[in-house]
Amino acid sequence: MIEIINLSKSFGDNKVLDDLNLTINDGETTVIIGRSGCGKSVLLKHIMGLMRPDSGQVLINGKNVCAMEEKDLNKIRLKFGMLFQGAALFDSLSIGENVGFMLLEHTNTPQQVIEKRVKECLALVGLKNIEHLKPGELSGGMKKRVGLARAICMRPEVVLYDEPTTGVDPIMGDAINDLIMELHDKLQVTAIAVTHDMKSAYKIATRIAMLYDGKIIVKGTPKEIESSKDPVVRQFVTGAAIGPITEAAGMKDMIGKVN
Amino acid sequence: MILKEHLQDLGKKTLGLLKYVGAISLLMADTFSKLFVRPIRANQIVKHMAKIGVQSLPIVSLISFFTGMVLALQSAYQMQKISAEMYIASLVALSMTRELGPVLTALIVAGRCGASITAEIGTMKVTEQIDALRTMATNPTSYLVVPRFWAMLLMLPVLTIYSVIIGIAGGYVIGRYKLHISHHMYNKMTFQPLHNKDLYSGLLKSLVFAVIICIVACFEGLNAKEGAEGVGKATTSSVVRSFILIIAADCLITALLYFIGR
Ligand SMILES: Nc1ncnc2c1ncn2[C@@H]1O[C@H](COP(=O)(O)OP(=O)(O)O)[C@@H](O)[C@H]1O
Ligand SMILES: [Mg+2]
Repeated sequence: MIEIINLSKSFGDNKVLDDLNLTINDGETTVIIGRSGCGKSVLLKHIMGLMRPDSGQVLINGKNVCAMEEKDLNKIRLKFGMLFQGAALFDSLSIGENVGFMLLEHTNTPQQVIEKRVKECLALVGLKNIEHLKPGELSGGMKKRVGLARAICMRPEVVLYDEPTTGVDPIMGDAINDLIMELHDKLQVTAIAVTHDMKSAYKIATRIAMLYDGKIIVKGTPKEIESSKDPVVRQFVTGAAIGPITEAAGMKDMIGKVN
Repeated sequence: MILKEHLQDLGKKTLGLLKYVGAISLLMADTFSKLFVRPIRANQIVKHMAKIGVQSLPIVSLISFFTGMVLALQSAYQMQKISAEMYIASLVALSMTRELGPVLTALIVAGRCGASITAEIGTMKVTEQIDALRTMATNPTSYLVVPRFWAMLLMLPVLTIYSVIIGIAGGYVIGRYKLHISHHMYNKMTFQPLHNKDLYSGLLKSLVFAVIICIVACFEGLNAKEGAEGVGKATTSSVVRSFILIIAADCLITALLYFIGR
């Protein structure tokens, strides 16, 4: 179980997370929705211990990762996989080396077994015969899929997806949704996905939480979110241009213009 | 009033410098603590050794050879007046070994390899590859800094020795063919004043410079700020800062050895 308790984080004057609370149950797929720049990636980085909060805690199975030494964090990270928003493939390594990175670094798996597993993982995301290429030779969508293959190569217990379907074509996006669901159904993977793609959110989520103004303003099953009466949630899920979210943001813009 | 402002500014800058030295020292301590931690990434070390050592040979040769020649020519003006041309050999040998060899090589390598290390690691930083490394339970210091550190520590002294030899050869060309000092004489005047102490002080310098170049370059890369502009800025400060630290360390070591030697 992952519990996020009163988490706050600012960058200078920019308060990104403000006393945020969220609980993620084992074996569920929790989708966090929110506008671009609202702090979704920052939240994921706190869960992985990549960023330290100003205050608050992230408890993974009762242990606070925010106060942990790098060495202990690494033990937890071995059971985690993360897909980065920009894929973040190592561009000095080949695709095969990228996907098999953790197996090579942290296990004594023989080379042939690694190669076989790399092939399997790449096949899962619909790619083959690209092990020898460098990330620079791939398109954005392909990089994302390689990133996904890399995230699941160690058969993690928890996978964090940062915008898994952004930047891939709709057909491949749906295939990625299916893959996330399959991992969840077959391997009982706990997943946290961050997205602003509502179609994908409805499809893969056990629970949806909405991040707005540094807080989780609502959490519920996809049905509950779809039928939510909260005007902010309604505007986001229907994708309307006019509503409380743009009003709050638009006011600031207008004041900016008058000055 | 103006004085007060200047003093405040000076205070701020000094504080900034101290902070920087502190942060660099932390990375240095972290690197030293991981130098012998397995796995030793021999493949990577060799790859970086080739980049730092072998690929720097042409430029080090060029600069050292001409420096040796210029050194001999410049001193020839004075030495000829007192008919002491043969001392040019000693002068070239001593200044190359104790000072110019280590410093020139370090400056070249800082400009050539330090900058490229910063650009490489900085790009990894701004494209979240460093974060990815950490999520994959791999420590960036062990994976990125340590192999480069070993390569630098092993290659810079070698390059320095090479530079000294080439510099002496440059001086020899002038001494032999322009000033007509005999081969025997030039040889004798080169090696007679050279003691082990001179050799060691040159090598000590090059080791210290290797630490400076690698740690500054990696530090700037790891702390690059967002985007291509951030990487550019990091690369510039990497070169400028290692130049400053190299010269400062050179003064310090020279002074220390001077007083110890007395
Ligand atoms: N390392 C950082 N330094 C300063 N500001 C940051 C940093 N990372 C993120 N931010 C800021 O935090 C906010 C949220 O960013 P992010 O989590 O990437 O948004 P998103 O929800 O689109 O993933 C943005 O305003 C961004 O400028
Ligand atoms: Mg993001």
